[in-house]
Amino acid sequence: MRSIGDRSGPPDAALAVAGAGPVSEGPARRGASGVGGVGGVGRTGSAGKAKGLGRRHRTKLPHVLLTPAVILFLLFTVAPAGYALFLSFQKTKVGGGLFGDQNPTAVFAGLQNYSATVHDSEFWHSILRMLMVAVVGVPATIIFSTVFALCLDAKRARLTGIARLAIFLPYAVPGVVASLLWGFIYLPATSPIGGAHFDYFGSKAVFFSVANVAVWGVVGFNMVVIYTSLRGLPRELYEAAELDGARELQIALRVKLPLLAPTLTLVTVFSLVGALQLFNEPSTLKPIANAISSTWVPLMRVYTDAFVDNDIYKGAATSFVLIVMTVAATVIARGILGALSRRSER
Amino acid sequence: MTAVTTAGRRTSTAPQTAGRGARSRISYIPTLILAMGALYCVLPVVWILIASTKTNGELFSTPPFEPSFHGGFVTNMKALFSFENGIFARWALNSVIYAVGGALLSTLVCGCAGYALGRYRFRGSVWLFRSVVAAVLLPQIMLAIPQFLLLAKLNMTNNYASVILPQLVSPFAIYLCKIYAEASVSDEVFEAARVDGASEWRIFVSIGSRLMMPALVTVFLLQFIGIWNNFLLPFVMLNKDRLYPLTEGLYGLLVITGGQAAQYSIVIAGVLVSIIPLAVLFLTLQRYWRVDLLSGSVKA
Repeated sequence: MRSIGDRSGPPDAALAVAGAGPVSEGPARRGASGVGGVGGVGRTGSAGKAKGLGRRHRTKLPHVLLTPAVILFLLFTVAPAGYALFLSFQKTKVGGGLFGDQNPTAVFAGLQNYSATVHDSEFWHSILRMLMVAVVGVPATIIFSTVFALCLDAKRARLTGIARLAIFLPYAVPGVVASLLWGFIYLPATSPIGGAHFDYFGSKAVFFSVANVAVWGVVGFNMVVIYTSLRGLPRELYEAAELDGARELQIALRVKLPLLAPTLTLVTVFSLVGALQLFNEPSTLKPIANAISSTWVPLMRVYTDAFVDNDIYKGAATSFVLIVMTVAATVIARGILGALSRRSER
Repeated sequence: MTAVTTAGRRTSTAPQTAGRGARSRISYIPTLILAMGALYCVLPVVWILIASTKTNGELFSTPPFEPSFHGGFVTNMKALFSFENGIFARWALNSVIYAVGGALLSTLVCGCAGYALGRYRFRGSVWLFRSVVAAVLLPQIMLAIPQFLLLAKLNMTNNYASVILPQLVSPFAIYLCKIYAEASVSDEVFEAARVDGASEWRIFVSIGSRLMMPALVTVFLLQFIGIWNNFLLPFVMLNKDRLYPLTEGLYGLLVITGGQAAQYSIVIAGVLVSIIPLAVLFLTLQRYWRVDLLSGSVKA
C-alpha cells in the first residue's frame, strides 16, 4: 500500500497494497458460502485449477519452494508477535541491591500494561489525531484519484500521458523525503506558499498539512489502480450511452462510477489501513513542527514507549492493542464497504 | 525532469491519440483538471530543484520560484557530499543495498512460494494458503518494534541482515504470485513438458519462472519501493549512522540541523538527490509494472 500515511512495507508500499489481498480473496470465499461476492475484483476462482496436478506427479518440489518463505515467516512474523505478546504480560521489577536499583528483573504483570495503555487518555488522543488526519486524507485521496482517473479516461482530454506520469511521480518519493520536502514548503523561513503569513503547523492546520503530504504521495498510485480498472471495463457499456447522446460527464457519473465500485472499495480499504499506520510523515515533521508531539499518532506512541521511555513491556502491550485494532478495523471496513458495493451493483 | 517529460510523450502518443482522430475537439474541463493535478504533484519537486540552486542566504531572501545561478547548486552539493566525510554517499549506497538486495531476495522467496501454492496441491496447501491470506491483514509495519525486541534479545540488530530479513516475506506478494501462477500459466504447457519427460524442477526453472515474469517484476518493484520507503524498521534496528539508508540519514540530518536555519540548504540538496534517481528509474520502468495485478484481476 501505499496509502495515507504509510508508504513502507510495502509497504509500505506493499502494505497499502496488502489490502488488496483480503478484498480480492473475498468473492471466492463468500461465493463459496453463497452470500455473493464483491464482484469484479479478483474473480479468479482459486479452487479447482491446481487440483490433481500434484497428486499424479509426486514431488517434493512444492515443499522445497515453500520452505524459505515458511521459515522466514515463522522467524520474522510469528516469533516477534509471540515474543511481543509474552513481553506485554511482564514488567520490570526494580529490586535487590543496596540502592534498590540492581538486577532489575522481569516479572509477570498480568494485564497491567494493557490496562495502563487503555486507561491512558494520551493513547486515545493519539488515535483521535490519527483519525483526524484520516478524515481529511482518505476522502481526499479517493476523490482526487477517482476524478483524475475519470479525466484520463475521458474522450478528447489532452495532456493525459504527461499528467499521468506527473501525478504518479510523488509515488517514487519516499514518505520521509516527501515530508522533508513539504516541511520546507510549510516552514515560514523557506515557504513558497505563504508560510510566513499562515501557520501550517497550527493546532488545526497541522492535520491538513500532514494529510496533504500523505495524499500527495499516494494519489497517483491510486489513480493508476482506478484508471487500470476503468480501461478494463467493457466499452460497449458506455458506447451505447454515447450513441443515445449522453454527455461525457453523465457517462462518467452514471455509468463508469458505479462500475468502479469494487475498485473504489479496494482503494478505500488500502487507504484506511494505511492511515492506521501513520508514522513517517508526522515523525519527520516533528523536529520542525511544535504541534507534533512524540506521541502524536499511535505508532509514534509505541516507539516512544519502547525507546524513549525504555519500557519495552508497555511498548509491546501498546503494539499488540494496535495490531488487534488494525486487524479489526480492516475486517469491519471490508465488511461494510463490501456490502455497500454489492448494494450499489444492484 | 527532462526524462519525465520525454517518457510522458512516448507513452501518450502510442495508444491514446490514435483513436481520437484529429478532427475531434479538446475537452477542456478534464484537461484542465489533469493539468492542475499535474501541477500539484510536480511543483513541490520543481521548487526543491530551484531551492537547491540557492545558497542559504538566497534561500530566505530571493523569490521562491526564481533559480539562482551564483554557484549555490555546486556549493550545496559539495557541502552535502563532504558532510561528515561523505557519509551521504554511503547512505545512498546502503539504500540501494537494502532495496535491491531485499527486493531480489524477496521476489525469489515469494515467487517460489506463490508458484508452489498455485501449481501444486499437497497436504496442507489449502491451509497454508489460508494463512497467507490471513497474514495479509497483519500490519507489517506494526511488527517492526516486536521484530526489534526479538532480534535485540538475540543480539542480531545493527547490521544489514536485521533490516533485510524481516522484509523478505510479503504475504501479499505470495498471494499475487499464487494467483498469477494459477490463472495465467496454462496447464497444457506443463502437461506437454511432463509428457516430454521434464522433471518438476526443470519445468519450474525453465518454464514456470519465465511465465511468471510479469508477476515477478511487479513484486520486485513493489518490494523495492516498500523497502526503499521503509522508515520505521531501519529506524529501530540501526544505531550506527554508517548503516543508515537515505531516509534515516536525511531525517538525522534534519534533527541535527533542525534548530539552525543555516543548514537547510544541505538538507534540501539531500532531498533533491534522493528524489531524482528514483523518479527517473521509476518512470522509465513504469511500462513493466502491471498495476492491474494489484487489484487482483489477472488476465492471461
